[in-house]
Amino acid sequence: MNDCSAITLSHVSKVYSNGTIALQDLNLVIGEGQFISLVGPSGCGKSTVLRLIAGLGEMSSGSIHWGRGHAQRKLAFVFQEAALMPWATVQDNVRLPLKLAGVGKAVAERAVAEALEMVDLRGFERSYPRELSGGMKMRVSIARALVTKPELLLMDEPFGALDEMTRSRLNSDLLELWSQKQWTVIFVTHNIYEAVYLSNRVIVMAARPGRVVADLPIAAPYPRTEAFRTSPQFNEYCREISHALSQTAGSPDAQRRAARKAFV
Amino acid sequence: MPSGGLLVKHLFSSYSLMRGLTAFLLKFLVDRLTQPVRSSSPSGVIATSLFSSFRSFASGQMLQNRSGKPAPVRQWLLSPDLIAPLVVGILVLVIWEVGVRISGIEPYLLPGPLLVMQTLVQEWGTLFPSLLTTLKITIVAFVAAIVSGLLVAVLFTQSKWIERSFFPYAVILQTTPIVAIAPLIILWVRQVVPGEKSTLISLVICAWIVAFFPILSNTTLGLNSADHNLVNLFQLYKASPWQSLLYLRLPSAMPYFLGGLRISGGLALIGAVVAEFVAGTGGTRSGIAYQILMSSFNLQIPRMFAALLMTTVLGVLIFALLTLLSDILLRHWHESAVKREN
Repeated sequence: MNDCSAITLSHVSKVYSNGTIALQDLNLVIGEGQFISLVGPSGCGKSTVLRLIAGLGEMSSGSIHWGRGHAQRKLAFVFQEAALMPWATVQDNVRLPLKLAGVGKAVAERAVAEALEMVDLRGFERSYPRELSGGMKMRVSIARALVTKPELLLMDEPFGALDEMTRSRLNSDLLELWSQKQWTVIFVTHNIYEAVYLSNRVIVMAARPGRVVADLPIAAPYPRTEAFRTSPQFNEYCREISHALSQTAGSPDAQRRAARKAFV
Repeated sequence: MPSGGLLVKHLFSSYSLMRGLTAFLLKFLVDRLTQPVRSSSPSGVIATSLFSSFRSFASGQMLQNRSGKPAPVRQWLLSPDLIAPLVVGILVLVIWEVGVRISGIEPYLLPGPLLVMQTLVQEWGTLFPSLLTTLKITIVAFVAAIVSGLLVAVLFTQSKWIERSFFPYAVILQTTPIVAIAPLIILWVRQVVPGEKSTLISLVICAWIVAFFPILSNTTLGLNSADHNLVNLFQLYKASPWQSLLYLRLPSAMPYFLGGLRISGGLALIGAVVAEFVAGTGGTRSGIAYQILMSSFNLQIPRMFAALLMTTVLGVLIFALLTLLSDILLRHWHESAVKREN
């Protein structure tokens, strides 16, 4: 990892039309090649950060500065749902970004094959999304993000809807790809273990108003093995983040929300 | 379908019967047109109507039994899907026939089914060309409704202002009773286009008015129902409005549009028949409604029944064909056409 910053968010605020303050005076410097996780309670604006970086929606104030040689078009977004076009085959779904960019068919086909290879989905080119399992759909979604060869990967709780085994499998696959390609990744999750296992930096956010309350480096070296998941060091990081999160749950508002969530 | 109270039973039985027969005939056609699909079809669980079995054929699948093995045609012929409504239909027809014979009711009040069939065969030469005339009007109006409905729906989604300004008038067009404005339309068209073509054009316009709205409203709804995440994705990759329309909105609208087609297909026929009724004996003297009207004037009630039966069957065929089209187009992805085992 080098010190060159990829994105700098300065004094970013976002207020929705109903008056909800999604983000208040957020300052964040994201280094090139970092794997950053954003964790925090619902409504803390972690998804809003991703959407603002992606250019989906305007910020109310502040600015986002892109590092030298970076541009918004080199980013890719992975949503919580796979968000595939149900009427199109796996192949056509993955090809979509290239098709929209007007890339020639031959070039696109090679890129699609490469992307599917990366997520281990060769042989499913002609399948339709409904024929795939949840994990496989997510792989297609990731392949679609990778097909443009992005430098910045924005992932909004991509594995949130998956079962634990599929999730940890996809976690290690993602980490392997990241170490090969050296992308910058911003990863939103509810899952502390996932955040610690994947990232070299975890940002803990609090809600109402959305803000950063802790910024913790995860110093464990890559590649991270299964053994890391059970190490004392791993547990220590989890405990630390857990503690930071519990601080954020102090306001009565947050408690109410937590109670409501438990009820649901 | 225009039906008197006396006809309800008859129409009901011929309706389900026709579905079964259509299903059977289409099966051979479909098997040649489409490849078998991997998944299974609904077995006994929702198999309460013939229609479900028709749909499994329509999707190009062999009907499968509970164990998931493909069942041969012979097994389908023995399945409750076909047998149950067939038994009901035959029973009703038999009771009707016997009732008519025992009570000695005059044929000009209620003819028995055998007499109706006999009349149908005898009068085929005069009735069938009339039916074809009505069918021609229906098809022209339906195609016009498809093209105009689709275009206007696309126009609506391009600008919220256009939709706001014009949608209420589309609703008014729909809610105005066609029987009430048909004479006006016939009158006006006659002013503009004198001569032979005049009535034909006014009939097409009437049928179009009835068929247009379901396609417009369904397609508009569909075009606005694209998955929110996919809309974001298209935005992210800087898709042009044209690309969004072509690759996202139109495919998303497909199931809604096809649903609209199934409603409008039948409505176009009804519109054509109603308009023919209004045009009456002063009209083209050729549509099936004219034959129904003339038969009733002349107290040829069995002939009237025969003409009605033909109209009903035509309506069912139109619906069945549109359902088949819908299932073939959506079979890979949409819940309405996807067959599941549970």
